Amino acid sequence: MSNPQLIMYDEEFKQINAVIEKLLREANAKVIFLVDKNGQLITGCGETERFDTTSLASLTAGNIAATGGLAKLIGEKEFSILFHEGEKDNLHISIVAGRVILVVLFDTRSSLGLVRLRVKKASEELSAIFGKLLQKSEEKEKSGDSEFPFAEITDDDIDNLFS
Amino acid sequence: MSFINYASREINCKIVYYGPGLCGKTTNLQFVYQKTAPEAKGKMISLATETERTLFFDFLPLALGEIRGFKTRFHLYTVPGQVFYDASRKLILKGVDGVVFVADSQEERMDANIESVENLRINLAEQGYDLDKIPYVVQYNKRDLPNVLSVEELRRELNPTNVPDFEACATTGEGVFETLKAIAKQILFDLKKGK
Repeated sequence: MSNPQLIMYDEEFKQINAVIEKLLREANAKVIFLVDKNGQLITGCGETERFDTTSLASLTAGNIAATGGLAKLIGEKEFSILFHEGEKDNLHISIVAGRVILVVLFDTRSSLGLVRLRVKKASEELSAIFGKLLQKSEEKEKSGDSEFPFAEITDDDIDNLFS
Repeated sequence: MSFINYASREINCKIVYYGPGLCGKTTNLQFVYQKTAPEAKGKMISLATETERTLFFDFLPLALGEIRGFKTRFHLYTVPGQVFYDASRKLILKGVDGVVFVADSQEERMDANIESVENLRINLAEQGYDLDKIPYVVQYNKRDLPNVLSVEELRRELNPTNVPDFEACATTGEGVFETLKAIAKQILFDLKKGK
């Protein structure tokens, strides 16, 4: 498959959250969230309850996919940073480690320059964590040590979802 | 590919509804949306033109419940069916876990169905997927219309590999949940096998 399955473990999840919470403070941002390129929300921090994060995640991924398509058409690999400017709120969207999307929502209390600067540093830290994560799940897969919760799933379990 | 989060105990899967223009992909999602309890669904997003033709995609997140202590979420997407939106269709197939092919049962739409299935196979291959290996179901939609082909004829042309298939009328909802359930089942069983 082109993209290996993303599996998140407790340890890395905490590390990732620590990085984005630091970024939220240092960049004076309102909300930050991380999205898988397939549109799945990984995590978020800040005023997340004010927003429909699931929809935001899906549309962000669609946005990145569409601009990625545009990039290829003009001979670029991808556009690694997108910036959307609104009247009050702005979105800074960047690709981390080639497969995760970092979204920073900020208003006039911050500035594009500050956000860019802080995002750059946080991206390096996040890249390292996601690298470790990928390695970890590959190792687990190789050693057959998967504590996969669905190993004993039955027909009834699935039927119950739809009842 | 599905996203498994051990930290928040969640599994997210992506289902894409594919098919020719006006076959009823969006209508399938709308029916699922209408019939799902408010706490189990998110907002349905439709990126459509003013004439309600899908421009980029429709999106419907469903949180159906828990399996073995894991919250199981399905993200339903449709593609724009019209031929010239092929670049957008490719993007939406990224990271797909299962595909529903919605066929238009009307006789005059048979060529469009065949073209769309071939297009699906090619676009999946570009993303590194093989249609014969991923979870896949076929839905024969619009069974209520007068000028439809028999299921046998449709099956012969559109489902040579004999994947699970369903007759449907998406406007009234007949067959809609049967289709969704079948694809969800295949995806979860694939996960079980650890694919």
